[in-house]
Amino acid sequence: MARALINVPAKSKRGEIIEIKTLMSHPMETGFRPGMDGQLIPRDIIEKFVCTYNGEVVFSAQLHPAITANPFISFTTIATESGTLVFSWTDNKGETQVQTASIQVE
Amino acid sequence: MNRLACLVVVIGMALPAFAQDARKSGFDYMGPDTQAMQKDDLANPGMLSVLEGETLWNTPTGKAQKSCAACHGDATQSMKGVAARYPAMDDKTQSAIDLAGRIIQCRVERQEAPAPQREGRELLSLSAFVGRQSRDMPISPPQDAKLAATRAQGAALYSARMGQLNFSCAQCHDDNAGGHLGAAPIPQAHPNGYPLYRLEWQSLGSLQRRFRNCMSGMRAEPFAAGSTEAIALEAFLMERAAGMKLETPAVRP
Repeated sequence: MARALINVPAKSKRGEIIEIKTLMSHPMETGFRPGMDGQLIPRDIIEKFVCTYNGEVVFSAQLHPAITANPFISFTTIATESGTLVFSWTDNKGETQVQTASIQVE
Repeated sequence: MNRLACLVVVIGMALPAFAQDARKSGFDYMGPDTQAMQKDDLANPGMLSVLEGETLWNTPTGKAQKSCAACHGDATQSMKGVAARYPAMDDKTQSAIDLAGRIIQCRVERQEAPAPQREGRELLSLSAFVGRQSRDMPISPPQDAKLAATRAQGAALYSARMGQLNFSCAQCHDDNAGGHLGAAPIPQAHPNGYPLYRLEWQSLGSLQRRFRNCMSGMRAEPFAAGSTEAIALEAFLMERAAGMKLETPAVRP
């Protein structure tokens, strides 16, 4: 797919609520729009977004055709321990893009 | 649809013209949500293109196998303030050239690569990356007497009535700036954030795309991409916005 911007606080205190922001570059083509030739442009959307924190799913979302291009997803979780956050976006062709971010919990 | 747009335009024109003492960026007309989106680099979708542009900047390309960085080095230094100075005079062709045109010229002549398409992903990303280096800097059009004719042409185009609706740019953006066209606020048309991410487009777009957008709304024949008219109008608008801060990549509704 393409590039993503992820913001995870690099450091936080144990038990603190942290905000995670993700911005994914994606056309999110609905499949309902005709192109210049009058034919429908094939659907190309992200269908699933999952975030795991040390292997445990802390946030997931299903995305639909009405969602904007370059979807921005922000959510919160509790900083439990140091480790890795894995973000994955899966599109309707079954392709998955994965990005990781690490967090230091004191 | 045509009739509806007509009606909307007529209603917009009927609103009283508010005299503006000071120039305002399109940013000031936006809602707090859109403003927050632009201000946060992690929420501003234009930054995705800036990142893409940074990759392109450092990637060798063309027959010369040179990257932009091979000549220009660190863009945060070498490209600082550059976007604030365009359109400028091109010494070789003795005509005004916009930033996108200069990038095309570099790509073709120095990197010996195929010319990137106007409004294509490559050119928009590179323009956004170069533009980003001038963010928060005042627009400072070059003090070049040779540009006077271009600016005069732009000024004439700005106030020339065109299209089936027989409107000029000035009728909306000078006489009725601050009013509304349907539900949309009419800004003063300062080109201080291009290329910008427009929510309606769902993508990054250039100032020339904005021109075409306005002109087709006026039922006029839009200026071709990279045409002298488009560059002249840009030169005039940049002069008109001199001193205002660049916001590239801006977000607009």
